[in-house]
Amino acid sequence: MIRFVPRERTPLWLTVAVSIGSGLAALLLTAVPLALSGAPILDAFLLMAKGAAGDGFALAETLTRATPLIFTGLAAAVAFRAKLWNIGAEGQLYAGALATVALGAGLIEAPSYVLLPLVLLAAALAGAALLLVAVFFKSRFGADEVVVTLLMNFIVLLIVQMMLEGPMKDEMALGWPQSAPVLDEATLPKLITGLRLHWGLIIAIAAALLLHVLMSRTVWGFRIRAVGENARAARYAGLPVGRSMVLVGLLSGGLAGLAGASEVAGLKGYLTSDLSPGFGYAGIVVATLANLSPLGVIPSAIFIAGVFVGADSMSRTIGVSNYLADLVVSFSLLSVLIGGLLTRFRLVMVRREAA
Amino acid sequence: MLDALDILLQANFWAATIRIATPLIFGVLGALLCERAGVLNLGIEGIFVAGAMSGWLAVYLGLPLWGGVLVAALVGAGFGLLHGLLTVPLGLSQHVTGIGITLLATSAAYFGYRVAFPNVGTPPRIEPFAPLDLPILGDLPFIGPILGQQTAFTVLAFACVGGLAFILGRTPLGLALRAVGDNPEAVEAQGLSVAGLRIGAVMAGSALMALGGAFLTLSAFNAFYFGMINGRGWVCIALTVFASWRPGKALVGALLFGALDAYQLRLQTITGGAVPSQIFLMLPYIFSIAALVLVARRADYPRALMKPYFKGQR
Repeated sequence: MIRFVPRERTPLWLTVAVSIGSGLAALLLTAVPLALSGAPILDAFLLMAKGAAGDGFALAETLTRATPLIFTGLAAAVAFRAKLWNIGAEGQLYAGALATVALGAGLIEAPSYVLLPLVLLAAALAGAALLLVAVFFKSRFGADEVVVTLLMNFIVLLIVQMMLEGPMKDEMALGWPQSAPVLDEATLPKLITGLRLHWGLIIAIAAALLLHVLMSRTVWGFRIRAVGENARAARYAGLPVGRSMVLVGLLSGGLAGLAGASEVAGLKGYLTSDLSPGFGYAGIVVATLANLSPLGVIPSAIFIAGVFVGADSMSRTIGVSNYLADLVVSFSLLSVLIGGLLTRFRLVMVRREAA
Repeated sequence: MLDALDILLQANFWAATIRIATPLIFGVLGALLCERAGVLNLGIEGIFVAGAMSGWLAVYLGLPLWGGVLVAALVGAGFGLLHGLLTVPLGLSQHVTGIGITLLATSAAYFGYRVAFPNVGTPPRIEPFAPLDLPILGDLPFIGPILGQQTAFTVLAFACVGGLAFILGRTPLGLALRAVGDNPEAVEAQGLSVAGLRIGAVMAGSALMALGGAFLTLSAFNAFYFGMINGRGWVCIALTVFASWRPGKALVGALLFGALDAYQLRLQTITGGAVPSQIFLMLPYIFSIAALVLVARRADYPRALMKPYFKGQR
């Protein structure tokens, strides 16, 4: 029979080989539904690649789509490192978006260098506050954060719908439930004129770099990782477990809130209840593909974004349902999960002992 | 005020309560079976979708209604097998794998639906389960109309509650299943297969979850809609804690939730838009979180829940 023996250290070539192998496995698996739908498989893959990165425009679209995924991927990575199972990034994203329009659509008038940071801060705080409620329920009452954060997603989305049909409804939108647009002073500038790519990407990458430094170079980061690896040992060693959890909640919820701010202030300009096609849940996939490393989140978010943008463009050309993108993403997640085993363990054949 | 109380006296309200509770009964039973064996199954939301879609498609393609039920159960068991293989012998994170299963099952169902019906605007319909025609019970006042609105699929849900309670509580298999989620070392010492029991429980539990989805397309409605599951699976995960992993309490929890949901629907018509409808829609979720917070301290989690077990390793 086969046994897993933990590796002392993982050689770099193996990590790279496993990532590429998992990607290929995911594509191979995707060929099955493609074949079932009767599409020409090779053409479909080529069209996907072209749609994701075929020219400057396609690449800019992919990076635009990657921006919220970097934020939600970081949110999942930092929480999961500490074994805080935050499945509520979707709700935290909407909380951030709500804060963005509440503050940025005319409540305060100020020059851009004042208003924009204020709006981003408010969005991060709104997302963080939501997660901290779950952290409080967990530490005070022992309520499972998985379930609490999951259910909060639905509550927040309903609050958003309520606001958009009520107090925050834009009367100029011809009956459509959407918020008033954010002021120009609260809008993230475009990176390149004529394209949708905006400054949110720069902020997202900066956040990834900062989080990397925080996690790998500071006492705070050490504590977060120590709490994740063994909370009981960390408590025994006198580490402030409760305070570390609050910090994780602030970071994770805040990052998810920024995803909402960046989508509203950078891309859409106003809030609708379909702002996110599941960026919160996709963030979990992004973080897993990145093996919970903040820097790894950047390429992994770009990959997932490429799959979505590429599949969208392919499905428009040859008429395959764009739910294919979700299939590719779930295949990638599962193959990376299995591939990850190979980097952490060595497979050893053991002769079956006599029972 | 009187109108609000009057709702409770309407047979229609109680009939709706049972109807809304039925998919949740299947879902909570499925989730608690997986968790009793030590495996958290966050694939539930996707397995609901896959069950709803596959059961409905099977009937649309010509199978009898019970054939559709069987197909849904098999599809659910298939996703359970995948989740079980990834989390039990391979020991992968149950949270992340579960989310992956939800994503996979949901997109596979949606993709499959689009492949089968590329350019269909209105979803094709089937002839769903007919309401029960009960000989004597159906003629009773009040009770009769409530029961007369239910289908055989709901009867199956109630039967599953009794069946699972009996298996878990009274049989050697149930004892082994409970032990494998509490103390897998002891199970192995008995010479039983921890992996086999856990994978089997996840498959059976996932089959039950898929039946919850199939109820929606084969009994409550007559077609498959995108987004029709709408968080029902996640609610079941909350109800499982509320039910302290007991089938009887799972039934109570699902019925309470169903009553709350049916009540808010009727209350909305009384208040006539004075209160935003979203407030009412929020109530079940707030109720779930409140219930969790209240019972969490006393919650008797299976001790080995989410802990992978490797043979011969401590």
